Amino acid sequence: MTSKCEATVRTVGNLSVVSLSGEVDGSAAHVLSAAYEQAAADGPPAVLLDFAAVDYINSTGIALIVSVLAKARSEGRRVVASGLSDHYRLIFDITRLSDFIQLYADVDSAASGINEGAPA
Amino acid sequence: MRNTRRGLLRRRRPELDAATVASAPVPLVVPDLDIAPNDPLLPVFQEASGPVDISALDLDSPALEQMREAGVMLVVPLVASGELIGLLNLGPRLSERGYSSDDRQLLGRLAGYAAPAMRVGQLVREQQSQARTRERIDQELKVAQLIQQQFLPKAVPDLPSWHVAAFYRPARTIGGDFYDFITLPDGRVMIVVGDVTDKGVPAALVMASTHALLRSNAVRLLAPGQLLATVNDLLCDDIPAHMFVTCLVLVLDPATGNVVFANAGHNLPYLRTSDGVIELRATGMPLGLMPGMKYDENTAVLQPGECLLLHSDGLAEAHNSDREMFGFPRLADIVSQPRSGEQLIDACMAELADFTAADAEQEDDITLVTLERLASAVYADAVPSDAGPAGSDLPTASVTSASADECLLGQFAVASVAGNERVALEQVADAVRDQGLSHDQLERLKTAVAEATMNAIEHGNANRAELDVDIKVFRLADAVAVTITDDGGAPSVDPPMADPDLDKKLAGEQTPRGWGLFLIKHMVDAMDVSTDGAKHTVRLTIHVESTPIPLGKEAGDDEQV
Repeated sequence: MTSKCEATVRTVGNLSVVSLSGEVDGSAAHVLSAAYEQAAADGPPAVLLDFAAVDYINSTGIALIVSVLAKARSEGRRVVASGLSDHYRLIFDITRLSDFIQLYADVDSAASGINEGAPA
Repeated sequence: MRNTRRGLLRRRRPELDAATVASAPVPLVVPDLDIAPNDPLLPVFQEASGPVDISALDLDSPALEQMREAGVMLVVPLVASGELIGLLNLGPRLSERGYSSDDRQLLGRLAGYAAPAMRVGQLVREQQSQARTRERIDQELKVAQLIQQQFLPKAVPDLPSWHVAAFYRPARTIGGDFYDFITLPDGRVMIVVGDVTDKGVPAALVMASTHALLRSNAVRLLAPGQLLATVNDLLCDDIPAHMFVTCLVLVLDPATGNVVFANAGHNLPYLRTSDGVIELRATGMPLGLMPGMKYDENTAVLQPGECLLLHSDGLAEAHNSDREMFGFPRLADIVSQPRSGEQLIDACMAELADFTAADAEQEDDITLVTLERLASAVYADAVPSDAGPAGSDLPTASVTSASADECLLGQFAVASVAGNERVALEQVADAVRDQGLSHDQLERLKTAVAEATMNAIEHGNANRAELDVDIKVFRLADAVAVTITDDGGAPSVDPPMADPDLDKKLAGEQTPRGWGLFLIKHMVDAMDVSTDGAKHTVRLTIHVESTPIPLGKEAGDDEQV
């Protein structure tokens, strides 16, 4: 199945930002892991997953995010997220992903939040 | 042939009159002449080689007497293929001289030509009449069929935790079987099966009026015994003397499984229980025989996993070529096997086909209705109380009891191809657009529908694109419900599985996957899972706080809620 998920990677401050768009479901596995590898290549302390242009995340997509989080943690890297709608914030709460992934409104607030050295 | 011959004698009167006018000063009037089969005159005409002089005959024949009285002098028998098919009767000759031998020869030759021509005409007429009779019978059958189809339900009730199936197969001559489902104002469902004696149009008409009387009184009376008594009194006024109607009325409370039933001489329903097959007995006379009858009302409870069969006598009273009857014990035995409603119906018809010869004509209509209480589970109770916005303060059990008041907002199917859950969620979102769901509720419903549809595609239907996932959207008094049905007999979402634990997943002790069911449970207020052995259904319910749209209104009505 062709993925309806796209990812671009850029650096904002000391954050490596993965901007996702489209649908984060099972078909996004390759796109997401490749984007994480690229984002982590330079050894940033934190990777930001920006969901601002994502319109659908399903349970398989949640599983992919769990995998990315597990990998980042094994590498001692923080994962933060931005751009989630209220509904997907709820899902991050229910799944307790938000216990491990600090949620920000957007990329800018994430960048300044990280720079302020907030949440551990 | 005798009747035909006699008929022909009557029909020949115009020819007789024509001959008379030509030969008599006063018209000769011969009364309708009915020659008895044993009248000695017949053999005389049959064997005559030409015109017969009446005056020369000396026979003890009432017909001869009548002819003489009417002034008949000469009779020319019309014989074709050795069979007497008519007579040409002549009065006295106009010239007052007797009939000459020339006259007789002429008449003899005339008869020789006329008789075969008449026979041909006669045969054509007979055939036309037979064709008309056949056409009339075919027409009647069509009318009877139309009437009957008109009154059979177009669909079976869709009750959560219940599976209702119905089968109706008319005999060629169309008996008077009928069945009906009536939703009562108190939320219960009335199930009716009946059988009118007689066949064809008369049976269909009596069936139509019985159907109308049952329908119009059911919602007012509610109690099956009282309903039958009322309909019986009303029917007695109008029903033709030789006809009556057997009828069983059963009222089901889908929430509890309680049934109340009364029986007007119909076959007893069979109930498959864990202790074997039992008959639901209630006594009462068939409808339309005599007014003022009373009908016993009895009750039973259908437990989860139990199945009830209502049946007309077209099945149990079918005969094989040795005139043996299919019989009730055989039917009870079929019911005793654990099967879904549809499987039970299939088994009944398969046994019947085995019993009767394959090409045997079905004697009477066959009607089978099954009512099956599914062995279902309600998992909404498992939602932890700290589950957040989808918390536990909302009713869950009420969802099933409200079933009879639900109205279908939309119904569609998606092929079992990964990704089609998106199609499903958009369609559901469209169907519930005006139902007063908040934005959050809508988003939660969409996620739950997508997850349940994914399960159905992947697990229930094993990604087989040729299988559909069927989705229905209902409006209930205080909720919106969505059912998602796949072909997986076993539950496609495995219930009491351990909740996914993110700590364990991150530590590699659990797979990263396994969030689907967990998400669904947290998205909706109730999730019910049911299976009938062939189909597996997940029902999702979200409570709607805003003023509900009055029931019966179409989705998308202008009225804002």
